[in-house]
Amino acid sequence: MNMTIDYLELSDVRVSFDGFLAVDGVSMTVLQGDLRFLIGPNGAGKTTLVDAITGLAPATGSVRFGRTELIGKKVHQIARLGIGRSFQTASVFEKLTVLQNLDIAAGAGRRPLSLLRRRSSVPLEVDQVLDTVGLAELRDRPAGALAHGQKQWLEIGMLLVQDARVLLLDEPVAGMSADERAQTGELLRRVGAQRTVVVVEHDMDFMRSFATSVTVLHAGKILSEGTVAQVQADPNVQEVYLGQAATEKALAAVAAAEDTVADQERGKVED
Amino acid sequence: MTALAGKLPGRLPGKFPGKFTANRGVLLGFVLGALVLLVLAPAVLSDFRLSLLGRFICYAIVAVGIGLAWGRGGMLVLGQGVFFGLGGYVMAMHLKLSEAGPSGVPDFMRLYGSGQLPFWWEPFKSPVLTLLGVVLIPSLVAFGLGAAIFRRRVRGAYFAILSQALAVAFATLLTGQVATIGGFNGLNGFRSFFGYNLFDPVNKRMLFYIAAVTLLVMLLIVWQLYRSRYGELLIAVRDQEERVRFLGYDPANIKIVAYVIAAAMAAVAGALFVPIVGIISPANVGAVASIAFLIGVAIGGRATLFGPALGALVVAWAQTTLSESFPSFWIYFQGALFMLVVAFLPGGLASLGAVLRRRRGRARTGSTEPPASAPLVDQDRPPPEPLPGVPAGSEAGR
Repeated sequence: MNMTIDYLELSDVRVSFDGFLAVDGVSMTVLQGDLRFLIGPNGAGKTTLVDAITGLAPATGSVRFGRTELIGKKVHQIARLGIGRSFQTASVFEKLTVLQNLDIAAGAGRRPLSLLRRRSSVPLEVDQVLDTVGLAELRDRPAGALAHGQKQWLEIGMLLVQDARVLLLDEPVAGMSADERAQTGELLRRVGAQRTVVVVEHDMDFMRSFATSVTVLHAGKILSEGTVAQVQADPNVQEVYLGQAATEKALAAVAAAEDTVADQERGKVED
Repeated sequence: MTALAGKLPGRLPGKFPGKFTANRGVLLGFVLGALVLLVLAPAVLSDFRLSLLGRFICYAIVAVGIGLAWGRGGMLVLGQGVFFGLGGYVMAMHLKLSEAGPSGVPDFMRLYGSGQLPFWWEPFKSPVLTLLGVVLIPSLVAFGLGAAIFRRRVRGAYFAILSQALAVAFATLLTGQVATIGGFNGLNGFRSFFGYNLFDPVNKRMLFYIAAVTLLVMLLIVWQLYRSRYGELLIAVRDQEERVRFLGYDPANIKIVAYVIAAAMAAVAGALFVPIVGIISPANVGAVASIAFLIGVAIGGRATLFGPALGALVVAWAQTTLSESFPSFWIYFQGALFMLVVAFLPGGLASLGAVLRRRRGRARTGSTEPPASAPLVDQDRPPPEPLPGVPAGSEAGR
């Protein structure tokens, strides 16, 4: 167990593309054990914010992991500090096996000369993670042959063997079946207890089921932050999501419609 | 030889159908290669043909390096002539100096230049420094170039054009230096190699053996690299460079290693080429020569272990044979072969076996099984809407 609690602290982060502020002064803190969901309409700056944290997008302001400032560091340096991310489209090494994918993810700290040898045995952490993400049976399968959901799990597994203390997941359940979503949510809960997890997500059902806290981004700024209930009750959020003409009636209708759709989906999957 | 390589399992990147069969196949390939090169060829070929095969082996050594950099590392190295030339010229300078006579100045310098030895020729009087220089000078140049190019994230076609331009520039530079490095004629007219008479058939045979063993050693080196964790990492960088970065590696370093090894191999080949062929000139290092190195690799199968070397040998052999009977016809044949392979066998001739096996398997089952990569989940489904009824105006206008 960690005696100290990890945390990710953003203050006044800005990302500008040719004068357009994609992220406009975002400040937030995410603690270890929190399962933070980052939501917002398309173009709100969610992915850009993740890019800024991981060094891909040039940002100003401050991103601190514990006492370490991340802004100004290179992508691979930030990764080595324990910040891991996944991508909207699962990006695993398709020609390599599941085991090789995980082994590479586990190996950033290996000494150069040790890389010139063959892998003599499966590293312990890789073995454990194969079980954690449920891919032990498929370890010698090329990653390109995995189902979409399994690729996303492999990607989460790669973050785990990488020993990422902060997981930044960009739409981890996009394109998954309801079953796979539930499994992914449980997986995130399990691994999130020891880590700091930020999930960029569009799927509101998924968010309601698994988020412990939510940050809503809109036009590069934080619109609202709190628990799922708090955020959903926030009139600003409703306005952004539903437009100015939204009424209580529309809200209720939407909720009812969503429930039916969700029920139907659940029914379909259970057949 | 190519058909054999097609049967060897485990030569496609990422396919490991059990390590014992793969290892046995590779071992078999090495044993056969050694038998053919070290026993069969010297027994049946005339001295002239054997020396010709020695030249092809030099091309094959360059090809092994290109296979590593291009096939496994994804770097389209269109300028290996630079490193081939550096290794070749270093060796040629030593040979020139060692037979320069009492004045210590090579003949062409007295003819075209001041008759003074330039200071940068001095180190190559020493055999030891020459051998070190053959490997170290091109490696250092490749390291410098690689560091500059890969750290700036130059890749793909831009890298290919850059490396091609380097070969052109190098050849142009050499051509302009008549007085100091032989200019257009290059360096030639060698009579001895580290004290051994180059006109003696026994010594010529020895050179062939040295080249053949060098090729086998280079193949062993890349085999170990392909089996190692580095080999897996190189494939990862080739296919998803950015993803590797997010795992905490600097992909530039991984690419530099492959680039430097490929350069060193080309340089060693150049150094062997000089005593075997008897000349090194700008024509051996320029753009045309550099592209010729690549064609054999593409035809043989760039990502395989034996493919590049076999392809280089076959193409060079075909070129010589065909140009003997039909001079001026070869260039069309080469172009046609290249296009056929790229269009119908992108994995090169080494993938022929695998392709045929897949065909046969499909014919036997009578149905086309879904490819292994078919997703079990329909990926075409659009991502779920954030919330129904979101007005388009709420988009942040990106």
